[in-house]
Amino acid sequence: MKEAYDVLVVGGGPGGALAAKAAAEQGLSVLLVEKRPAIGAPVRCAEGIGKEALAEFIEPDPKWIAADLDKAVLIGPDGTKFTIGNNHSGGKVGYVLDRKVFDRELVWQAAEAGAEIQVHARASAPIMIDGKVSGAVIHQHGKTYEVRAKVVIAADGVESKFAKWAGINTTVPLTELETCAQYIVNDIDIDERANLFYISYTDAPWGYIWVFPKGHRCANVGIGIAGTKSGEGHRAKDYLDRFVAREFPNGKITELIVGGVSVCKPLECTVADNLIIVGDAARLSDPITGGGIYNAMYTGKLAGEVAAAALKKGDTSKMALMVYDTTWREGPLGHALARNYAVKESFIKMDDAKFNSIIHSMSDLSLDEITVKSLVIAIFKANPWLALELPRLLMTL
Amino acid sequence: MIHIRRDVCGYCGACVSVCPRGALELIDAYLTVDETLCKSKCKICSTVCPLGAIELEEQ
Ligand SMILES: Cc1cc2nc3c(=O)[nH]c(=O)nc-3n(C[C@H](O)[C@H](O)[C@H](O)COP(=O)(O)OP(=O)(O)OC[C@H]3O[C@@H](n4cnc5c(N)ncnc54)[C@H](O)[C@@H]3O)c2cc1C
Repeated sequence: MKEAYDVLVVGGGPGGALAAKAAAEQGLSVLLVEKRPAIGAPVRCAEGIGKEALAEFIEPDPKWIAADLDKAVLIGPDGTKFTIGNNHSGGKVGYVLDRKVFDRELVWQAAEAGAEIQVHARASAPIMIDGKVSGAVIHQHGKTYEVRAKVVIAADGVESKFAKWAGINTTVPLTELETCAQYIVNDIDIDERANLFYISYTDAPWGYIWVFPKGHRCANVGIGIAGTKSGEGHRAKDYLDRFVAREFPNGKITELIVGGVSVCKPLECTVADNLIIVGDAARLSDPITGGGIYNAMYTGKLAGEVAAAALKKGDTSKMALMVYDTTWREGPLGHALARNYAVKESFIKMDDAKFNSIIHSMSDLSLDEITVKSLVIAIFKANPWLALELPRLLMTL
Repeated sequence: MIHIRRDVCGYCGACVSVCPRGALELIDAYLTVDETLCKSKCKICSTVCPLGAIELEEQ
């Protein structure tokens, strides 16, 4: 580890890896620190991602693709199914990744681009000079280092502390933190090309249950529920155990993971003097699906590029870095997040009877495109009464 | 005081993200509480935990 770098990236998830790679490709000196001893482990993810989204950043490689999907199926409280995508979609829909391999690949690419990677290296505090972030204190193998950087990129995920230490309020409201548990279940009968989403207040209050195939007779089976719905005897793992006992009584559980996903609005501002915040740390996961891999990759790459441009001009003030915030916020990502937040707020509190009637109403529809927007438009078409209940939502579409 | 059951904790960080006082942190495979910051009255961390790893101890 050197004493100073152009860019210090805190966190080696998809956001940090893409940030480090983009900055290194622009010729900057870059250090990425990851506090865990191994990149990508333990996994905290159901590992689903859209194909087109992923193609923006990386060529698909069978070594990190666990399943190739051609449909998604919504399952209502009474078991009624609605399928999106069809047999003609030719597997265009998405992948289930193997993130242990995927996250490592992304960090390797950052290293190949010239970034220095340090694992089991934890940022424990920002170095503040005149109220501005100027680097970080790093702990590694029992030693403490002071590392200066002209720009710090905080990519420290849902458990993010760095921006908070620098004075930015990043606390997620309890009701907008989905608390999650997931098993890998083996030896079960599943459609290996379909992601299933179970929507039911009874089984997953203010959240959902997912079954994402991971290959032959194997799937990620998980649940997220709102933090306020969790408590002794009815935690995410309790709900999951009930679901697995009911749906896959003979399944063999080979892995347990847990995690949190924020479904709140993004941070009000994602830059400060010499600081850029990306991915989950900026609270950028999707309020409906909880998906955040793409959002972290997109904002990570953008942050690396913006840092490089700012350094070339010799100005890394908040004003100069603001272009990062406006670019994602006013672009497709920001619009999708704002719309999906409105959709979530409208639908999350519906009871099972309403969910049932919505899914029944859709049984004659066919939908090829798996996007929240196309789904919500279809729901409105089949349920005109919703327009009265959710007029503001209609305006966001 | 909060008590963290290390044998139950899944090292996921859900509690860290909702702690209003910034008192929790994942350090070297363990959840750690800064007792100078934690007021242990809000119970947010013990509520949110997907596994039930955080208990509140009576003073
Ligand atoms: C149960 C669950 C299911 C999910 N399913 C999906 C899904 O199917 N599809 C999808 O797109 N998204 C999903 N997500 C969300 C997705 O996992 C995240 O959005 C994504 O990982 C965010 O990437 P990131 O780089 O911002 O953060 P992370 O991947 O969390 O990476 C942050 C990294 O920073 C490190 N770090 C933290 N603090 C420090 C520090 N002080 N010093 C050094 N390093 C530090 C952490 O150890 C971690 O490795 C899911 C999440 C959960 C919990």
